Amino acid sequence: MNLLTIIGESLRALRTNRLRTGLTMLGMIIGVAAVVLLISIGQGAQSKINQSIATMGSNLFIVLPGATSSGGLSFGSGSVKTLTVGDSEAIAELSLVEATAPVISGTAQLNYGANNWSTTITGTTPDYFNVGNWNIESGTFFSESEMRSAVRVAVLGKETARNLFGQEGATGKIIRVTNRPFLVIGVLEAKGQSLSGRDQDDNVFIPLTTSERQITGNQFPGSIRYMMVQAKSAKTMDEAEAEIVDLLRQRHRITGDMENDFTVRNLAAIADVATGTAKLMSLMLGAIASISLLVGGIGIMNIMLVSVTERTREIGIRMAIGANRRAILTQFLAEAVMICILGGVAGIILGISGAWIVSQLADMLIVITLGMVVLAFAFASAIGIFFGFYPARKAALLKPVEALRYE
Amino acid sequence: MLPVRPSTSSQPLIKIEHLCKSYALDNQANGSLNSQVLFDINIEIGQGEFVAIMGHSGSGKSTLMNILGCLDTPSSGRYWFSGQDVAALSGDALAQIRNRNIGFVFQGFNLLKRMTALDNVATPLLYAGMSRASSRKRALEQLRLTGLTDFSLYQPNQLSGGQQQRVAISRALINQPQLILADEPTGNLDSQTSCEIMALFQQLNREQNITIVLVTHEDDIAAYANRLIRFKDGRVIHDESVT
Repeated sequence: MNLLTIIGESLRALRTNRLRTGLTMLGMIIGVAAVVLLISIGQGAQSKINQSIATMGSNLFIVLPGATSSGGLSFGSGSVKTLTVGDSEAIAELSLVEATAPVISGTAQLNYGANNWSTTITGTTPDYFNVGNWNIESGTFFSESEMRSAVRVAVLGKETARNLFGQEGATGKIIRVTNRPFLVIGVLEAKGQSLSGRDQDDNVFIPLTTSERQITGNQFPGSIRYMMVQAKSAKTMDEAEAEIVDLLRQRHRITGDMENDFTVRNLAAIADVATGTAKLMSLMLGAIASISLLVGGIGIMNIMLVSVTERTREIGIRMAIGANRRAILTQFLAEAVMICILGGVAGIILGISGAWIVSQLADMLIVITLGMVVLAFAFASAIGIFFGFYPARKAALLKPVEALRYE
Repeated sequence: MLPVRPSTSSQPLIKIEHLCKSYALDNQANGSLNSQVLFDINIEIGQGEFVAIMGHSGSGKSTLMNILGCLDTPSSGRYWFSGQDVAALSGDALAQIRNRNIGFVFQGFNLLKRMTALDNVATPLLYAGMSRASSRKRALEQLRLTGLTDFSLYQPNQLSGGQQQRVAISRALINQPQLILADEPTGNLDSQTSCEIMALFQQLNREQNITIVLVTHEDDIAAYANRLIRFKDGRVIHDESVT
């Protein structure tokens, strides 16, 4: 018998007991739909994290002032400003470091016309935009010379610009930052949420010098809140970190087993952890859904065993008119596989629709890939073959005379 | 797997020597008991014969039919079909003999349910490797020969007993077998229909030289045959040609 005939025969057999076929198939449909739905949710979460990581900039360290102690009294991390612009400039000279960006930050009230908005103000150097992987939407970043001469210019985050200006263009307008007039020279492209869930677009950037002298002020001139450091290559992150630590210990005169008064954080490592967690979650969701597929498969095996027993006489007749073992095996295997394939297709459609509904209702990012659909389909067929084989073999091994005599 | 060649006139279609058949009965109290059904049977049937096998129920005639039809295997003794030793053949080779060389007609018709008469008749051709379209064409032709053209798309439960048996005979004939084994083919039919069916067998035997082995316990049915074999308690007690 050729394949088309076998498929035709098995479909006919499945049609004769529609309710039973439908219920058996339902196990498969639910299993496949669950796999598609849960994996697409998992992959959605994963790609959301990947997007956040992509906006972060590559090969980044963040260097923070660390805990210090003075005369037996310890101060919390960041309470003493141990890092300086000088540290930042020195680190930028290191062989494995591409660039650095020192940051002073605080909160500021911004006014434009009748609108006012309170946001984070970041005083930094022009390198910051490069290091942090920022793109300009309109206007320009501030320049090295504007930095040096402490000009009152500001670059707005997208969200800040929207709150102050609405639909109006912001570039070229004068805003007031804590009552001092600033010229808006640029608006940044939106980045969305950071890994920690902070809105990265609600921000205003001004030159470090301007900030220090006119806005945030500074207890200790030259000290900074933290700095971003970009390493030259992803491969030499660990070596670069060692260089930074050595240099800072030297500059801060920390010797022997004295504790560092600064902390170097590798953001790539943090990103790796986040990606790893998302992957694990994706895998776990898939595994849980696979269990329902397995249960569906057992249901198919159960029904096929009942069907073989019920149709013993039919098997006997078929053997009497010339069906060999392989023909009987193929017939019953084809029925199990057809249940799985039809159920698999329905399950994929249901799973994709479910994923779409979830993405609409819960405002979640859902990712459906062709590979995933193919995988679910292949898995369903494999389950059909695996669980259909035993009943089919049982049918094929019946003795013709006994099968014929079966009442 | 060697296809069975049509027998030459010199060798019998069926040759059985010292054939015995016993079933192992599992009995908890007495261990395993053997129940012997056939004792030392020796029969030769030539191409073109029309043989009736008679005997009371339990005399072993159905068991012999199953062995002749390659549905069951003897416990001892030998069986040559068309000169081939059946014991030496694989399961697939036996299936092929059942498919190509033997046609079965049963008392209970044994048609496949929820399938049209046409598809029932065409199924052996599918197992022989023919495509669905050409098998249906051949089946339709066969149904025409047995006078069932109008009923080709009916399912077995929509047909009368006589019509069902004609469909079964069409199915048995579809691969042009040398042998038809009919196990009480008229057992479920009224006398009028029985006569029609027997006339059909007689016609097939005379016109197409098909060997027919028929099991029955009715004398008037057995009268259609040219040779009568009587069974009693698993032994042949009578074997004669009648005219």
